[in-house]
Amino acid sequence: MKGMPPETCGMSRLDSAVGSMKDQDRPAGRERTVRCIDPRAMLITTFIYIAVVTSFEKFDLLGLLPLVIYPLFIMELNNLSPGAIGRKLLYVSPCALMIGIFNPLFDNRVVLHLGSLAVSGGWISFTVLMVKFVLTASAALILAAICGFDTLCVALEKLKMPKVFVSQLLFMHRYIFLTADEASRMVRAHSVRSFRRKGMKIKVFGSLCGQLLLRTLDRALRIRHAMVSRGFRGDVPLIRELKAGKGDTAFVFLWTAFFIIARCFNLPQLLGAFVMDKFA
Amino acid sequence: MSHHIVEVKDLEYVYPDGTPALKDLSFTILHGESVGLVGANGAGKSTLLLHLNGCLFPQSGTVRIGHFPITRKNINDVRRRVGMVFQDPDDQLFMPRVFDDVAFGPLNLGMPREEVKSRVIEALRLVSAEHLAYRPPYKISGGEKRAAAIATVLSMSPDLLVLDEPSSGLDPKSRRQLIGLLKNFNHTKIIATHDLDLVMDLCERTIVINAGRVTADGPTMKIFRNEALLEANRLEKPLRMQGCPADH
Amino acid sequence: MHMADALISPAVGGALWTATAGLTAWSAKKLNEDFDDRKVPLMGALGAFVFAAQMINFTIPATGSSGHLGGGMALAVLLGPYAAFLTMASILTIQSLFFADGGLLALGCNIFNLGFFPCFIAYPLIYKKIAGENPSAGKIFAGATLASLAGLQLGAFGVVVETVASGISDLPFSTFLLLMQPIHGAIGIVEGLVTAAVITFVWKARPEVLLLAEKSSAEGFSIKAVFVGLIAAAVITGGIFSWFASVHPDGLEWALFHASGKEEFRNPEESAHSLLAGIQEKTAVMPDYGFKNSRTVQEDATASEEQWPAVSIGTSTAGIVGGGLTLFFAGLVGFLLRLIGRSRQASPGR
Repeated sequence: MKGMPPETCGMSRLDSAVGSMKDQDRPAGRERTVRCIDPRAMLITTFIYIAVVTSFEKFDLLGLLPLVIYPLFIMELNNLSPGAIGRKLLYVSPCALMIGIFNPLFDNRVVLHLGSLAVSGGWISFTVLMVKFVLTASAALILAAICGFDTLCVALEKLKMPKVFVSQLLFMHRYIFLTADEASRMVRAHSVRSFRRKGMKIKVFGSLCGQLLLRTLDRALRIRHAMVSRGFRGDVPLIRELKAGKGDTAFVFLWTAFFIIARCFNLPQLLGAFVMDKFA
Repeated sequence: MSHHIVEVKDLEYVYPDGTPALKDLSFTILHGESVGLVGANGAGKSTLLLHLNGCLFPQSGTVRIGHFPITRKNINDVRRRVGMVFQDPDDQLFMPRVFDDVAFGPLNLGMPREEVKSRVIEALRLVSAEHLAYRPPYKISGGEKRAAAIATVLSMSPDLLVLDEPSSGLDPKSRRQLIGLLKNFNHTKIIATHDLDLVMDLCERTIVINAGRVTADGPTMKIFRNEALLEANRLEKPLRMQGCPADH
Repeated sequence: MHMADALISPAVGGALWTATAGLTAWSAKKLNEDFDDRKVPLMGALGAFVFAAQMINFTIPATGSSGHLGGGMALAVLLGPYAAFLTMASILTIQSLFFADGGLLALGCNIFNLGFFPCFIAYPLIYKKIAGENPSAGKIFAGATLASLAGLQLGAFGVVVETVASGISDLPFSTFLLLMQPIHGAIGIVEGLVTAAVITFVWKARPEVLLLAEKSSAEGFSIKAVFVGLIAAAVITGGIFSWFASVHPDGLEWALFHASGKEEFRNPEESAHSLLAGIQEKTAVMPDYGFKNSRTVQEDATASEEQWPAVSIGTSTAGIVGGGLTLFFAGLVGFLLRLIGRSRQASPGR
């Protein structure tokens, strides 16, 4: 559960969250390089990447390092701002931090000496955990930022996800903006009249949420009217042609090959040994 | 072309909580007519509109579109012929991109993809919104949303256009553009609104509803000059007819 | 409560992904069986509502911390279990994609913890039993409070089991359990009350909405029990299997270990190690530098046996040199790409 400090209570989070979601959905006018990468290819590559990253042993910091290249590469190729992704990671990092921080407490066997500095296994596994967190979480954010939500949904449908699930993913994404705007307005109206209090009393929260819920129900009914008026009978049709070409297959295979090589061989170790062999 | 008429006869509707919404409501609309539907808040306008394409079914009385009363069997045919534009375009535009929204109706009707595409392009051209096709609905302005919402029904080539409060929430310029747009359509139109100036511009005929009944039905100018009638139905003369204070 | 990918092993993540995918397909099937065109827009809109409501925080009295609406139970009561499960799954998917709140591999775990337990356990076994055939505001309130508390407790338990089974965290099972359950007990009571308040609010204003959910969950319960049992069995076996896999190197990891020929790989490391010793003697910049197995505190022989094979950091200076070079190259690649990107952006503008 996310324990929020009181000063970030209320709307700042909602506003910024929705803002960042809108930003992510940049107009298609500005073409990006990997726009042409099939979303299924991106999806599969991302999953393989995450599976490989998480499969590293808990102390294998070194072996993990070459995998930094994937998110860096994709981000730069697509002009994604590492800063924006970093800020999001920072926001959700407490969850991983809170559990990871126990490692140094429970595992204090010294496994490494850097000069006079003794490093315990716990600190190393903690570092590995945080590196894994940054890599996996940024891979997910990159996936969403590159493909765009609707294209990803089409990819999911093509990958045999149930249709109902995909349709209401689409609807939810569409109506998050409106509902969040509505919620924003209600909370703002509350906060301008609650002068000294920080946060919101439970009682107020209950009725505010109830009101928001009733509005949501009304909206759902109106949307349903608009849908049946245009012949809705359970299917939400989307025209999107996905053409996976040789480039997409190559994209998946080359990256996967790299991930597997990086998983099987400790590349930094090899590199270091090679360099020291040459120059020693 | 008498098959384009709308005939509402003795329509009654009571809400589940027991509130009566419509009572003995009857009128007929002929092909090519443009009719303004006016009345106070809660008079029953929106409930009536929901009956016109079978979102609600009459509890008693009939609604005919063309020659057939609306039944659960012919509902899809009715819905294709009646293009319903709801008050809040955010309810009408529920898909990820404007293009998908405009294509939603034709695709549900089972049209082939190529035809759907050409229909979408044509519908967007009619409302001068081709440039919006690949934009998500939450990133376009109020006026653009309204135009896109209208395109979502035009793509089904309806015989009858039903618009609920088309000018609400629009800035004056967008409202003017909307009126210009609607003027160009030859469709039979029913426009429910509080904007009586818009009715003056677009509708030769007006139906006044109060407490679920038709209280007046006739030429727009005649009704709008009848101040007693307007007053009794919680309406006001259009601003344009109120005259400039300097004239007095 | 949203688990990150970094906390779980692929085995645990995969097992729960399988279970969740099965549940999703099954829920979608059940939903299509008695299709109601009201449901799809309702699910989307309510999902958006829960999403927004979860970002509004209220202050928990006398603690200074804050809580928010627990989504799963509210959705189950409003939509019935199948639609609620799908909606919860969508919310978590969007949260993981756009906010990295909960990882993609961990999505299975998160959907299971926050969707399965409230929708398929707490809702039918607690809420329905208390609210009964003729619900009243009081029964609904009590049922919703208890059910969301129970759902959250089960979810927290799920987090503990999945984390410990993954073996990434060093938190012992009992300690973690003693940390998580009471915290989520306290949060659960408050969340339960809030959820109940919101649901009774709707019950009073729009009873027909709750009846829509009733309708869908009434029938087909025995089949459901069977399916739930099957999936639970799958999960438990998966969980046990992966627990072994991650604790002992002779499970899945062991297979990877061998397939990759990593054992042969120890040799160059060792040669590098001896090389390192030579360099150290020559340079003596960092005399006490390297892998000191002997100086570790060996409190527990078996525990160390489990973990030593996994230690591969700092086996030699070569590792550190190589690591530095790798990061340097990665940075270089990024930098070059950025330069290329800039020049490409600049050229069409001219």
